[in-house]
Amino acid sequence: MALLVGLLAMPAFAVQPDEMLSDPALENRARELSRGLRCLVCKNESIDESNASLARDLRILVRDRLTAGDSDDEAIEFIVARYGEFVLLRPTVTGSNWLLWAAGPLMLLLAGGIGLSYLRGRAAAPESDIAALSDAEKTRLAEVLGDKR
Amino acid sequence: MITELGHFALILAFLVAIVQSIVPLIGAHKHWYGWMAVAEPAAKMQFLLTGFSFAALTYAFVTSDFSLRLVWLNSHSAKPMIYKISGVWGNHEGSMLLWVLILTLFGACAAWFGGNLPPTLRARVLAVQSSVSVAFFAFILFTSNPFLRLAVPPFDGQDLNPLLQDPGLAFHPPFLYLGYVGLSMAFSFAVAALLEGRVDAAWARWVRPWTLAAWVFLTIGIGLGSWWAYYELGWGGFWFWDPVENASFMPWLLAAALLHSAIVVEKRESLKSWTILLAILAFGFSLIGTFIVRSGLLTSVHAFANDPERGVFILMIFGFFTGGALILFAARASTMEAKGVFSVVSRESALVSNNVLLAVSCFVVFVGTLWPMFAEMFFDRKLSVGAPFFNMAFTPFMVVLGLILPVGSTLAWKRGKLGRAAYQMRYVFALAVSLGLLVWVMQTGRSLMGPIGLFLGSWLVFGSMLDLWMRAGRTWSRIPRLPRADWGKAVAHGGLGVTMFGIAGLMAWQLEDIRVAKMGEPFTVGAFELELQDVQRVQGPNYLSTMGFVALRTNGEQIAVLNPEKRNYPVAQMPTTEAAIDYRFLRDVYVVIGDPQEGGGWTLRTYVKPLANWIWAGTLLMALGGTLSLTDRRFRVAAGARRRRETAVPAE
Repeated sequence: MALLVGLLAMPAFAVQPDEMLSDPALENRARELSRGLRCLVCKNESIDESNASLARDLRILVRDRLTAGDSDDEAIEFIVARYGEFVLLRPTVTGSNWLLWAAGPLMLLLAGGIGLSYLRGRAAAPESDIAALSDAEKTRLAEVLGDKR
Repeated sequence: MITELGHFALILAFLVAIVQSIVPLIGAHKHWYGWMAVAEPAAKMQFLLTGFSFAALTYAFVTSDFSLRLVWLNSHSAKPMIYKISGVWGNHEGSMLLWVLILTLFGACAAWFGGNLPPTLRARVLAVQSSVSVAFFAFILFTSNPFLRLAVPPFDGQDLNPLLQDPGLAFHPPFLYLGYVGLSMAFSFAVAALLEGRVDAAWARWVRPWTLAAWVFLTIGIGLGSWWAYYELGWGGFWFWDPVENASFMPWLLAAALLHSAIVVEKRESLKSWTILLAILAFGFSLIGTFIVRSGLLTSVHAFANDPERGVFILMIFGFFTGGALILFAARASTMEAKGVFSVVSRESALVSNNVLLAVSCFVVFVGTLWPMFAEMFFDRKLSVGAPFFNMAFTPFMVVLGLILPVGSTLAWKRGKLGRAAYQMRYVFALAVSLGLLVWVMQTGRSLMGPIGLFLGSWLVFGSMLDLWMRAGRTWSRIPRLPRADWGKAVAHGGLGVTMFGIAGLMAWQLEDIRVAKMGEPFTVGAFELELQDVQRVQGPNYLSTMGFVALRTNGEQIAVLNPEKRNYPVAQMPTTEAAIDYRFLRDVYVVIGDPQEGGGWTLRTYVKPLANWIWAGTLLMALGGTLSLTDRRFRVAAGARRRRETAVPAE
């Protein structure tokens, strides 16, 4: 089902040598940031992986901000202010998004709670329950499962 | 002519499916054996008719019959034969036909191998399975008919998308569908059991091989897809947390949970209603996956022919089957009492934790995948949920799962002693911790991911070995004679460890180099020296290639000449990159060629990807483990049927 069509159809050349900054520390920060930014015209690719020209413009923009002395957060803010939060591949924990981030932990608590109460119920259940399988049922079971025959 | 016959066969199969989904159900309800007996020949007939229809479509592709609209859109006379064949399912209509072909195949298998099922259960299973086929036959015939003709046949076709002209297309979708659709068997068994009002150990034993087979296929399918993406997309990513990938991953997680909970039903007669619910949900997620891929609702890198009308149709199919099954579940779940009694520390509860972790992690993937849609619908926010979210929100569950697995899988049934199980594992734990520490000391100033991955991986692998050794009564010589189910368990769990280590190692220790490489000027990446020696124009069967010749050396010794390519497919007017990869046990060297530069030289991207192969080796081990336990004598699907024929006891 997972057919690789879509925009990946454009051949890879994401980051070009001429975009890269000479300062390796700065370049590393730029790479790190661009991995978290979405290429707006692509389908679910970061600008670090994309070869669309818009992604290239964004990569250069990130590098410009960093060379101008922006911190990582400032550079991201600068881009979000222009392109909206759609550009962030990692959604912020603001407003309704806390639901997204809390969904896993909350569900784990819920499922863990249900699981634990089930286990306690099983531990406390009267032993006589096991005998509920009648002899006829046992024979039938053995017959069907093909054991010991 | 053959095309028309294929079309006709498809319509016939649709009609057979309608009969098969109604008559045996009534028969089972009224205990009319004649009516129940309709199911078996109908299931086989349905499969043969669909098979003929699929063969007819394949014939049209192979002979390049461009009067068929689908062939014209997706094929070309100059395309190599393998891609003419695999091109049958490289498009929406054809892949749907493959989908129902596999659906009817599973139905027919249930008819062939289901001889040991009680007649009413068998009739119900086949009827439910067939009702799913009815829905999909209708979907194909009314919204995505592959057999439409063109009034004026064009001279040649428009070619298949070049990215799909790869052996990956030949194997990845069929395996994936075998997995997805295989879960329909678990679903049919679950619904049939609800109709029957009876779930017992025997039911669990019948449903487990089907689930196991579906899970094995799904594992192979996902692994193949990930490997395909790795070598084809040109930068060596292997998992993108893309909606479509998630669509195949969610059923996988639930199928894994189902496998384990069915063990508890079989051995301890507990967790019945949960297992039924899982079976319904696992197939429900397969349907959601189909919906995600074909509706165009969520943007994805793997887009199919997207059409909202088709999306609504699949959504209705999903709503009907999942909703209907859940209503039935709500009405009947109370009849399924648990019988087994066990303490809070026991194998049963370890399996319950496995289920909690797998189901919750599936829920996280589900919420993350659909969140952009929810946020836009309810909160008016346009946002993205990408890989960074999933890596953070999903990984912890897998880490915890890996941590408790070796101890949990050696706990005793019914009443275990946590201290004893942990004490048995002490050497393995110490070994895993020291390996992790060793690597942590060796790699200065890098992320903790590598050491943690190595710790988890070796904890799982050595833990599985220890488990085998203990099962064999602590005697090495007895290990080869252990039942295959024990082997399967150990191999699959070890495979999970290998994959975890591979993923962590690749992500933590990958090296990347992007540069303008001048002809004949060597450069180094990590321990390797590379030199671009030549770039040539090469003519392929239906493309033009720009092929680089890159010498790869280590310690001054040449170990390979890599040929990264850029291809241009003139008919589809689309370029692709073909990475050149030097595969080795411990690492891959991955080279991609780009454009020529003005001042001379070519852009060249080089990656050193440690442990890349381990990801897929682990996946294969998991699949192998599943296959081993599938071939265990106790679970062999046909074993019961054969014995029955020998004893010749006609139950009807």
